[in-house]
Amino acid sequence: MDNQIEERENNRDIEVTPALIAVHPDQSFVSVAVGSDLRVYDLLGDCAVSLLDASGSPSHKDSIRAIRYGANGKLFVSAGDDKVVKIWSADTWRCISSVCSEKRVSAVAIRNDGRHVCFADKFGVVWVADLPELDESEAVVDKKAAPLLAHYCSIITSLEFSPDGQFVISADRDFKIRVTVFPKKPLEGAHEIQSFCLGHTEFVSCLDFVCTVNYPQGFLVSGSGDSTVRLWDITSGSLLDTCEVGAKAGHLESDGSDEGYSTVTDLCVILDSTLVAVAIQSLQGIVVVSCNLPAQSLSVAKVVSIAGENFIPTSLGSSSSSGSLWMVTGASNLPGFDYPSPSRVKVISGFKKSSPEPVEHEPNVMEDDDIPGGMKLLEKLQGSASIEEKVFLAAAEAVKTAMRNLLIKKQYPVEKREFRKRTRNDKKIKQ
Amino acid sequence: MLEKETNPTISKSTGLPRKRFYRARAHSNPLSDSHFPIPVSPSHVDYSVHYPIFFASDGQVNCSKKIQFADVGCGFGGLLISLSTLFPETLMIGMELRDKVTEYVKERISALRVTNPGQYENVSVVRTNSMKYIPNYFEKGQLTKMFFLFPDPHFKEKNHRRRVISPQLLDEYAYVLGVGGIIYTITDVEELGDWMKSCLENHPMFEPVTEEQLEADPVVKLLSSATEEGQKVARNGGQTFQAVFRRIVPTS
Ligand SMILES: C[S@@+](CC[C@H](N)C(=O)[O-])C[C@H]1O[C@@H](n2cnc3c(N)ncnc32)[C@H](O)[C@@H]1O
Repeated sequence: MDNQIEERENNRDIEVTPALIAVHPDQSFVSVAVGSDLRVYDLLGDCAVSLLDASGSPSHKDSIRAIRYGANGKLFVSAGDDKVVKIWSADTWRCISSVCSEKRVSAVAIRNDGRHVCFADKFGVVWVADLPELDESEAVVDKKAAPLLAHYCSIITSLEFSPDGQFVISADRDFKIRVTVFPKKPLEGAHEIQSFCLGHTEFVSCLDFVCTVNYPQGFLVSGSGDSTVRLWDITSGSLLDTCEVGAKAGHLESDGSDEGYSTVTDLCVILDSTLVAVAIQSLQGIVVVSCNLPAQSLSVAKVVSIAGENFIPTSLGSSSSSGSLWMVTGASNLPGFDYPSPSRVKVISGFKKSSPEPVEHEPNVMEDDDIPGGMKLLEKLQGSASIEEKVFLAAAEAVKTAMRNLLIKKQYPVEKREFRKRTRNDKKIKQ
Repeated sequence: MLEKETNPTISKSTGLPRKRFYRARAHSNPLSDSHFPIPVSPSHVDYSVHYPIFFASDGQVNCSKKIQFADVGCGFGGLLISLSTLFPETLMIGMELRDKVTEYVKERISALRVTNPGQYENVSVVRTNSMKYIPNYFEKGQLTKMFFLFPDPHFKEKNHRRRVISPQLLDEYAYVLGVGGIIYTITDVEELGDWMKSCLENHPMFEPVTEEQLEADPVVKLLSSATEEGQKVARNGGQTFQAVFRRIVPTS
């Protein structure tokens, strides 16, 4: 794994980065990141946002790997390969703090109290930093992070706080989800593991919480390269239910040769509901999974397909107020195209809040002119109003390859393994 | 004919496997990717394979026993063999990264079971990377003892993260150990001894076991004498450094 990480460090100029999307909890703003480019649109003011960053522009010098809003909507974070975590005021859009990381950053999470940010690096370490009070000072504060916990030499793919802030949940490429008690003094590390949620048989790609008035503590849902979505009780680590979304998305006939065929790339709980939107690596559309919390079960409610546009979402976002799902597809560093970083934004509306029978209220894919913000928003977030469709298929393919290279364990043939053994350099360590 | 039936890897005089046929590279890199099966979760560990007398594979025998001792980086298995007869009712397992060494320990245990009917049924071994897969084998609080005897020292600063005792890995050991469970470490490398001790001292979920308790614990004597590595160090008159700590409820 050491060697692999080094190999990747050397080959990284050919690495593409999937486009990401995040929606403000009140749907006041929508953010898209493609490569090092961070784009924000103000839906209330109906205008593009200019970011105020003292460090100059662009704000990030390398691919952004994680963006998200804090639950109270006051903060926004962005981080990635340039090893800087930027914390923005989601009001003035000034960068109020930046935290340096020793390694490239793969995931971020903000605690619901808005006082702590966590991020994971490419070597499996989760770091924590205090967040400044919003009205503190005008100056940019450079914060130092402290190590919180570590997954032994694995890549952490997703980080989440439990809704009550009691636990921090980290998922990795070794099929593992770890639930850790978030300590009173986080800068001294989080040592008490509450549970491990074990059951996935491939890398875990995404996490989210399903939370309702009756279940305020929420239930964890996870998506994985094993083409399932699973429901967990984080207190005990028990697997409550497994939903085969790959099969339901119509990929049952896969001959099994293509491992990445129905990898779950992202999932997103439609806020204030028990519906989970699931993006799957080769599906033009999304699968809607419904959680029955009293029964602690999952079922596929619907497949919403997006006809004729080669739209395979790379990232999903939702806000609590709207009952709509925002999706983006695209990639940066796409070789061989006029648009090196194309992206396309789409919205599905009509998810009814807490409806047990979502099928009655058909979610529908909105036309470009009808989405909030309309063409002006698309111009900002996509970087251009229209892009050839075939680019997106290439982008989806490139993202799939990148994800597989990063997360699927290589099974080297025996000869190659022997060769790697003979040529590796850690043999020389003297006793 | 006769020749074909004699297995050269088994010693004729003792009936036990000969170590020289199972020599492997001295050190494995625990960071390299795995090529061995990993149980999805502790409930997927097939006890009937490891402890057939206790768990018949037809599910007839309903045994609720769980593994309680883990010897991490067990090497050739000397400690397990000693513990087996000392705690005949306790299930214990060795975890070892090198496959040839694991095979040796497997052979050693089956030979002992044959020559001593009814004994050594409570010990077994798995090939795994303990630094990655401990939670796949043991549930929260399942273990009462964990052993780390003469672990690889990984001297270079940059390789410290390969050490089996580290502040982060102790979090996982604290998770699989029940409250009151004991972690035993010993090494002949002073620097590593200091490192393991300070990692344990600084961890909020461990406290040192007192001198009197160490005296009274029959297992402590085995640390320096039962394993192949320990015997080698003793033969060469080397010094050893041990740290024995108890899992406690964190105060806060
Ligand atoms: C120096 S030997 C000591 C063996 C034994 N405990 C003794 O005292 O004789 C260390 C052993 O730990 C094993 N080991 C190292 N890293 C390991 C890991 N991550 N998981 C399991 N075993 C490991 C090595 O293969 C080696 O057999």
